[in-house]
Amino acid sequence: MMTIQAYLLLSAITFILGVIGVLTRRNAIIVFMSIELMLNSVNLSLVAFSAYLGDVRGQMLVFFVMTVAAAEAAVGLAIIIALFRNKRTVNLDEINILKW
Amino acid sequence: MVITRRNPVISALFLILNFFCLAGLYLTLHAQFIAVIQVLVYAGAIMVLFLFVIMLLNLGDEERLKEKLSFKRIFAAGLSFGLLLELVYIAGFIDVPMPAGDFSKGVEIGTVEYIGKELFTTYLFPFEITSVLLLAAMVGAVVLAKRKMD
Repeated sequence: MMTIQAYLLLSAITFILGVIGVLTRRNAIIVFMSIELMLNSVNLSLVAFSAYLGDVRGQMLVFFVMTVAAAEAAVGLAIIIALFRNKRTVNLDEINILKW
Repeated sequence: MVITRRNPVISALFLILNFFCLAGLYLTLHAQFIAVIQVLVYAGAIMVLFLFVIMLLNLGDEERLKEKLSFKRIFAAGLSFGLLLELVYIAGFIDVPMPAGDFSKGVEIGTVEYIGKELFTTYLFPFEITSVLLLAAMVGAVVLAKRKMD
């Protein structure tokens, strides 16, 4: 029987991998995939707690997080396409049109 | 592997592998519904979207995207590693006062039947709100990705 600590450790490790991806990579699409990775790690810890406590609320929250992630992925990829169309790059260092 | 590969396609394929592994973990937690949704929504829909965009953009100029090893980047990685150590410490080595529980209670709450019943009674309002959210995201994505009209 696995303990809840094992799930939480895996969740923490995956989350940090996502953080490292967001902070260090400069390819917009990979940064986006790292965000999905972080959402997934949080989902894992939510499901682990939900199963541990016998409470359905955690799994409900995971359901809604997945909905938001799907919506976010659609909008974010549309933004990336629009940016690529204007700047011909997905390098985040070269996308500085919001900089004053 | 998702964050270390240079080619985004390989990165995306490793992410799909990760999603399937997570679905297996959900099954070990008796969360069948979430596992199925994970495979359908993440590994199916979202990753198809990602791969579609990667191939649509046709990122041939990968050489210009060469990742430079700057001080900022090393600092960021170090900071994340520190956060990892803290999280591992909290999750693994501190006796957090937690309500007692075990995984045997989760057997019945993970089924599609139970979740569906909860979703359409207690959580009916958030469920309806997500439909509005999805509609807004859909309209937003279409407007953003559309070519300029003029």
